[in-house]
Amino acid sequence: MTELSKHDPITIYIKPTTGFAALNLRDLWTYRELVFFMIWRDIKVRYKQTALGALWAVIQPVMNMLVFTFLFDRIAKLPIDGDIPYPLFSFAALLPWGMFSTALNAASRSLTSNHNMISKTYFPRLVLPMASVLGGLVDFAIAFVILIGMMIYYGVTPTAHIWWALPAFLLLTILTALGVALWLSAINVQYRDVGYALPFLTQFWLFITPVAYSSSVISGNWQLLYSLNPMAGVVNGFRWALLGIGTGPSVELWISVVIALGVLITGLVYFRNMERTFADTI
Amino acid sequence: MTIAIKVENISKRYKIGTAPGKFRYGMLRDQIAAIPRKLFRRNEGQAGIDYIWALKDVSFDLEEGRVLGIIGRNGAGKSTLLKVLSRVTEPTRGTVAVRGRVGSLLEVGTGFHPELTGRENIFMNGAILGMKRAEIAAKFDEIVEFSEVAQFIDTPVKRYSSGMYLRLAFAVAAHLEPEILVVDEVLAVGDAEFQRKCLGKMNDVANQGRTVLFVSHNMSAILRLTQEAIVMQKGQLVKRAPTSAAVDFYLASGQAQAGERAWEADEVSPNAAPFRPLSLRVKDQRGSVADSFRSPEPVTLELEYRLSAPITGLRVGIYLSTVRGEYVFTSFDVDQPDLYEQYSTRQPGHYVSKCQIPGDLLNEGRYILGVNASSFGVKRYFMDENALAFNIDPMGAPGMQWAEQRQGPIRPRLDWVIETVKK
Repeated sequence: MTELSKHDPITIYIKPTTGFAALNLRDLWTYRELVFFMIWRDIKVRYKQTALGALWAVIQPVMNMLVFTFLFDRIAKLPIDGDIPYPLFSFAALLPWGMFSTALNAASRSLTSNHNMISKTYFPRLVLPMASVLGGLVDFAIAFVILIGMMIYYGVTPTAHIWWALPAFLLLTILTALGVALWLSAINVQYRDVGYALPFLTQFWLFITPVAYSSSVISGNWQLLYSLNPMAGVVNGFRWALLGIGTGPSVELWISVVIALGVLITGLVYFRNMERTFADTI
Repeated sequence: MTIAIKVENISKRYKIGTAPGKFRYGMLRDQIAAIPRKLFRRNEGQAGIDYIWALKDVSFDLEEGRVLGIIGRNGAGKSTLLKVLSRVTEPTRGTVAVRGRVGSLLEVGTGFHPELTGRENIFMNGAILGMKRAEIAAKFDEIVEFSEVAQFIDTPVKRYSSGMYLRLAFAVAAHLEPEILVVDEVLAVGDAEFQRKCLGKMNDVANQGRTVLFVSHNMSAILRLTQEAIVMQKGQLVKRAPTSAAVDFYLASGQAQAGERAWEADEVSPNAAPFRPLSLRVKDQRGSVADSFRSPEPVTLELEYRLSAPITGLRVGIYLSTVRGEYVFTSFDVDQPDLYEQYSTRQPGHYVSKCQIPGDLLNEGRYILGVNASSFGVKRYFMDENALAFNIDPMGAPGMQWAEQRQGPIRPRLDWVIETVKK
């Protein structure tokens, strides 16, 4: 007999679940391999039947950087802090931003694009948005190589904080993207309006995040409101750790963290509440 | 024995319009527009929303290692029951305790990605079904061999034929080795050879002492694979019995009395018009309706129906099959050329088509009558493959001096002659 039948099978109770009791993280842990399989599948499939393949992970942020440099540096002549060249200044922000927007878009559509799996088999539905968000890390890693090249080219040395700060800010990016995506993906199951609102939302979010411009152009009174956007904290954090711009983590960052966690926790609860009917409504 | 599945009073309610298969996405706009109404008319909050109970207070226990068949007409709640048991959807009320991992064959090939190769999809699909990577690797060769696609294992599955695709998908699911296997109509697809292989595999699973729940419309498959079955009707469990008794009960359900099947207006699809079946009866020699006949006596069939408009080329007939699903014969009321000429266009009216199955034809056993009304090559107005069942008793049949069961569905009385050959 197989490995499986050696240990005594556990008993599962199926019943109507309510609110918080329904989170069931243990189940998610049993299905952890599926998360990796989903990430692996998404990556394998993402650039299939494209001529340029994984180059797209580089082309997208580089093109964005070129457009930003042309528009905001050459034409609008936006002031930036320090003597960092504008291409590097914008690319350091485009990295986490690209990660965030790809993750948000993929994860928000993750349930509807896998509706077959949901209506036919059981697995913790959280696997889908989680895998989509984490899948963005691969593109991030590829684009990061370009950033290293640019830093060498421009002769900019990163600060000593890079070792803890980059992973920490990357984690904040992931948590923010996951939190928002949990809300949006669950709403999308019932209301396909999300699909139409997403491009607009992403674009709007880009404008309120200091990717193309410096956060120092935001004047005093607006700063607090600005820190409500966790991605502003992330972008500033990246520039600080990589290029030495700004003062590093401040009170505003902690507001960002609290906001991100708040969205994530409410998102989890909402997602779990809706999860019960995904198979019926999708 | 240990209980593998304990189902207690489960019910599942669907809002009409969100029931599976009827896609209707809610509009955010509608919800928002409904807010003031909800605020001011709290008590009527539920008014205007229609619900249907796909499952209603279903309870049963199943011991480990048993194979349970689930039968019922379309919409009786069979698939919803399996969906609840395999945790695809939550019950509205009630609880289920399941001992062990539930593997579901609700639909084979779920999660197959067309761009991935056969090899990649095996791992992917295994993971979706809850297998660990090492488990899949250990089973890999067996899966490939069962699926017969070894040659194309590194080709993207989008280039597979539908048969190859299906074989691979079933192979993965069948090798999942869960403690409990849930199978829903997988046999409706694939060629005969592959179906036989699947049935064989399911038999193995059951013989290894694992619990199997099997839904099918194929009575012969149910009879062959299960010892026990439950019958679902309108979301309720109406019968649990040894399979042959459950199949009989299912076939007899809907009959006004034994030996007669009447169709109510709501049982007939509007597509049948202008044909409207009324009833099917089987009668003995004395002309009384019965459900048991002796093998040597003739059986009279009467099919009563109404036509609300003329139909050209209409033929009304029956299929006779055994409960194992083998056809014995098919016959139509206008098989004779002269009758066909006479009724080339059948006028509106109330009709009875009658015929007689001669005595000394059918062997002992249980038979199923199906009904078909169609114009050949034009339209099938009505069909009910399980309209009525009746028994044939061997009393008085040839060869009764031996207490043995005769093979085959027919038992003709042949005029044997024994000649002594002289030297």
